Amino acid sequence: MRRKVGPFTIVNTIILLMVVVVTLYPFIYMAAVSLSSSTYVLKGEVGLYPKGFTLDMYKLVLKDPRISQAYLNTIVYVTLGTAVALTVTSMGAYALSKREMFFSKGFTLLIIFTMFFSGGMIPTFLVVKSYGIMDTVWAMVLPGAVSTWNLLVMRTFFSAFPSELEESGRIDGLTELGIFFRIVFPLSKAVFATIGLFYAVGLWNNFMLPLLYLRDPDMFPLQVVLRNIVLAGQTNSAEATSVGADNMIVEESLKFATIMVSTVPILLVYPFLQKYFVKGVLIGAVKG
Amino acid sequence: MAKLQPASTPALSDTDQGEMKAKRKTGVWLGQTVKRMRKSRYLLLLFLPCFLYYVLFKYVPMFGIVISFKNYNLYKGIWASDWVGFKYYVMFFKNHDFFILLRNTFLLGLYKLVFGFPAPIMLALLLNEVKNAVFKRFVQSVSYLPHFISNVVVASMVVMFLSPSGGLVNKIIEWLGFEPVNFMVKPGLFRSIYVASEIWQHFGWEAIIYLAALTAIDPMLYEAAEIDGATRWQKLKYVTLPGIAPAIVVIFILNVGKILEIGFEKVFLLYNPAVYETADIISTYVYRVGLMQGNFSYASAIDLFTGVVSLVFIWSTNYLSRKLGKTSLW
Repeated sequence: MRRKVGPFTIVNTIILLMVVVVTLYPFIYMAAVSLSSSTYVLKGEVGLYPKGFTLDMYKLVLKDPRISQAYLNTIVYVTLGTAVALTVTSMGAYALSKREMFFSKGFTLLIIFTMFFSGGMIPTFLVVKSYGIMDTVWAMVLPGAVSTWNLLVMRTFFSAFPSELEESGRIDGLTELGIFFRIVFPLSKAVFATIGLFYAVGLWNNFMLPLLYLRDPDMFPLQVVLRNIVLAGQTNSAEATSVGADNMIVEESLKFATIMVSTVPILLVYPFLQKYFVKGVLIGAVKG
Repeated sequence: MAKLQPASTPALSDTDQGEMKAKRKTGVWLGQTVKRMRKSRYLLLLFLPCFLYYVLFKYVPMFGIVISFKNYNLYKGIWASDWVGFKYYVMFFKNHDFFILLRNTFLLGLYKLVFGFPAPIMLALLLNEVKNAVFKRFVQSVSYLPHFISNVVVASMVVMFLSPSGGLVNKIIEWLGFEPVNFMVKPGLFRSIYVASEIWQHFGWEAIIYLAALTAIDPMLYEAAEIDGATRWQKLKYVTLPGIAPAIVVIFILNVGKILEIGFEKVFLLYNPAVYETADIISTYVYRVGLMQGNFSYASAIDLFTGVVSLVFIWSTNYLSRKLGKTSLW
């Protein structure tokens, strides 16, 4: 029996297709403009696909020393930050998932309280500054080392971990440390991957931490440099002249190329990783 | 010995007995505590880095709020600066910006709630009606892509697409035969732009929770409704919506509680002095006054004010929802 395609299905499909277009088109447009030669961009003829395909803009962007330095910085912050955050969060979450831990209820309450009340921007800034980690890698790593949400997701996951496996480790003479590192960790790689990705994307995208705690331009991550170039309009004028008069730089294409360069890593990993993200959200949602 | 004592000293008054009991209790409690701590010492060791994080980066700053009652001195630091009492609070409440900031923050949060809260529910309901699994998954995957794009990129895109000279939106406006609009310097448009960009960025992601709640509805209910001859609308009203109501209520409470906690990044990246009258919110003001002008104590006072108001907000929404219905956060 063929299902009847009613008017509702048609309208619904159209609405959802519009959602897809509204979400994807900005990216397609940016990619198209940044890959087109400037004559077409200036005439406003680029819409869906690049016209007069050229990689000039990308060459310019990648030659910019600020961007290559920022790229390197971001990679360092993301790698180190994710490693630290994942270690601290997973160990803490495992300990919290054990009811028999001393004062575990109290610790949980202390942690949940921070979701509803915080010291605020300025007191946190002054305190972090007093630790002397301003303008170091640690300013990007430590203030965001634990996200309460991720901690609670992991705790929920660990509390559902089969206790027979832990028990068998205990019989073999392992302490809780051994059980965590040699039994629980190897068997929970999926949750580690999920939470690790949350942290990595969060660090890649973070703008507030560097804005507050980094003053040295050589330390800036990609997001800060991107903001300076695109939103604060600090384009490098030396670039524009270096290309020559026949190949006029269109500011718009250059900015779009900069945006694409800093977003492509996220766009590339996205299709592979999105299923993990959804899983992570749902683990957290079941019993937050 | 502990058992004998009350019998051998019958003359003891009630208060003495009470005291002794308390002493014995503390003794036992201390012993047990040490025992429990020793027993879970490896777990405590695993927890230690996490604990240190919360103390150093969450609780010390909370105590650091005392700086709002002091006159911050760069050389003396937070703890040694001189007390000034409520000076900075009075200063904030008397400032003519106080009302504007409060209004801007509240209205921006309110609009985000009014328009941003139903959007993911509608998306989830529409997706739920799609029978083709491939199409459904495709729309869903695409719709939560922007959630992973940074605020800097989203703000850059907004500013560039709305640019009066050659931005995509203005090109379309000109093509339709109208005058280009300089969106980013019109105070009357800031809230709409902000709310629209927030919805664009997050509604697909926020729909995930509702979709999960939808899959948890027993299909038998739909079958029963169909047998009773329910229309699509009736099924929505009597099966689907009651099924996801608990999720809706919980997320609504969370969002109402967060009404004053508008993300600093997005507003900071989108606004400019031309639209301060509608765009300047408490957190951006705190940033400018505190970090750019160096009035740390004054800015901290505003921080504490916001924190307390937020806490009251989330507490009272939870209280109300517990009074009115059955669902609450705690």
